[in-house]
Amino acid sequence: MGNVPTTVKHCLSYEQLVQDYPWLKRWLLEEKTITGHKYPEFVKIVEVGPRDGLQNEKEIVPTGVKIQLIDMLSGTGLPVIEATSFVSSKWVPQMADHTDVLKGIKRAPHVRYPVLTPNMQGFQDAVAAGATEVAVFGSASETFSKKNINCSIDESMLRFKEVINTAREQQIPVRGYVSCALGCPHEGHIEPSKVAEVAKRLYEMGCYEISLGDTIGVGTPGSMSKMLQSVMKEVPADALAVHCHDTYGQALPNIITALQMGVCVVDSAVAGLGGCPYAQGSSGNVSTEDVLYMLHGMGIETGVDLAKVIEVGDFICSAIHRKTNSKVAQARGRAL
Amino acid sequence: MAAVMRLVNRSTLCSAMGQQYVAFSSAAKVNAAGVRAGHALPEKVKIVEVGPRDGLQNEKTIVPTETKIHLIDMLSASGLGVIEATSFVSPKWVPQMADQVEVMKGICRKPGVSYPVLTPNLKGFQAAVKAGASEVAIFGAASELFSKKNINCSVDESLQRFDEVMKAAKEAGVPVRGYVSCVVGCPYEGKVAPEKVAHVAKRMYAMGCYEISLGDTIGVGTPGSMSDMLEAVSREVPVNALAVHCHDTYGQALANILVALQMGISVVDSSVAGLGGCPYAQGASGNVATEDVVYMLHGLGIQTGVDLSKLMDAGAFICRTLNRKTSSKVAQATCKL
Repeated sequence: MGNVPTTVKHCLSYEQLVQDYPWLKRWLLEEKTITGHKYPEFVKIVEVGPRDGLQNEKEIVPTGVKIQLIDMLSGTGLPVIEATSFVSSKWVPQMADHTDVLKGIKRAPHVRYPVLTPNMQGFQDAVAAGATEVAVFGSASETFSKKNINCSIDESMLRFKEVINTAREQQIPVRGYVSCALGCPHEGHIEPSKVAEVAKRLYEMGCYEISLGDTIGVGTPGSMSKMLQSVMKEVPADALAVHCHDTYGQALPNIITALQMGVCVVDSAVAGLGGCPYAQGSSGNVSTEDVLYMLHGMGIETGVDLAKVIEVGDFICSAIHRKTNSKVAQARGRAL
Repeated sequence: MAAVMRLVNRSTLCSAMGQQYVAFSSAAKVNAAGVRAGHALPEKVKIVEVGPRDGLQNEKTIVPTETKIHLIDMLSASGLGVIEATSFVSPKWVPQMADQVEVMKGICRKPGVSYPVLTPNLKGFQAAVKAGASEVAIFGAASELFSKKNINCSVDESLQRFDEVMKAAKEAGVPVRGYVSCVVGCPYEGKVAPEKVAHVAKRMYAMGCYEISLGDTIGVGTPGSMSDMLEAVSREVPVNALAVHCHDTYGQALANILVALQMGISVVDSSVAGLGGCPYAQGASGNVATEDVVYMLHGLGIQTGVDLSKLMDAGAFICRTLNRKTSSKVAQATCKL
């Protein structure tokens, strides 16, 4: 895990997770087999609805609603809830209330609340507001990097290095994201080796986990497995997560592919919040409800109560006047 | 012993958490006869397009005959090898399919493409053959309650009815496909035992059906329950005579199809634009969209013979005509409107 202090590494390991959740048995760390394919016994869900989800919603959501959303999610058993983003409000007006949100939420014990920090300014503001975990966002596509954060991949890595080094000094863990892992809206096809290179750099700089994002949802089990094969040569499977978008309906089979290859962390958003800015009217993030339904149906533990997540989905959809993107919620007659 | 301990631990854990219990017996069954576990994906997959029948049957608007014919012709042009054209069921029960004869006679049959039709009984079979059908399908259920509510008789009685159809089809040299519905869950009975599905599939196969399509009628299946069911069925019916008919009501269809392919299945039913809702979950989706299936298969390097853009044209056409939005995510994503 690079130069992250041992204490920080330990608290992020599965051993610690199992200790934090006393009801989890030791054997959950083992693999299970369904018809010849191995799957993890336990999958950690990283809920990105309040940040990635709301960031892509058109309507500006009141601070009180964001806080209530996060508090409700905290009661579902989700172990990680991405709370907000310390990015300039000029770029992302939806996240302008980042400090108020982070200060306003009731932090549940054993739940982590990472926040995005694109640069040192954001990191310092985040820490001042009480952040105990942060995330940085790189890209496997040069064009996307330039258009999205106004700098090249190399330049972004320098910025992140500053953040990661400072975070390390303060014992704050950092998660790394790699966007456009399976395709770029500008460049099209992205070489798996490029994704591996960026993932490796983030990991070696000290990110404890790398979330590989199919930003435009074009990936299929074919491209997902090729990309993961490449990345896993540089970063161990247990430090990887997949962040699948459902724009082409491929998210769940892509997640299955990742799980079969040893990944055991999945990002998702309650109610499938967040559209796709690159395909108007299309969906974006995969729904947490649909992921949970699949995992629980396979006997894979997550620690999350699906019924409670559905209720949270109902709440946020009526609060922001939109229909749920979750098929499970629709099937159960909710948020239509 | 370790596997038994895990079973005990899981059931305790699951009941404590109120979660669905999935039999963790796969480790022992992995090497059972008839199961090809964790092997390479098929090079080719046959798509059975059920939009014009299963799809339209579940649409509220009655579709004009010319529209149905045009839809089928557009689907024929997209490269699909099997297109379920209509159903020779009494129009009293299924008004949408009342124009069955006109549709059969009106379509342009592309050489090499099969146009099976549903024939629930001998009368339907005879009418189908008269109208020019050269392949038929029969429909059974793995759930007794569903059979009674859907076709007004028990599973055994329905199989007896089909016996007559099978005999007549054999004499006429007409191949018969068998469908088993509720293979994972039933809207009335709840969970359906894999052994029951295997029993019905085995009987249909023994009766002479060349292929058995296993339908997750209410879309509740997950890769866990699907693979349990497929393991049980493939012990009784060769895997190359099996197809999966997944509904996307809970968003699980593509994941279920992927797992089925990994188990040796190479025939997948789907419906253009995801036509056909779910009569058991209002507002929910039903059939998986052919466009989304083809997108996944092509992404895996699997051949289907289908031209995705022509398929999407057919989907756009029927959605415009029905004045409904497509249920295909691929179609939604590529539409720039």
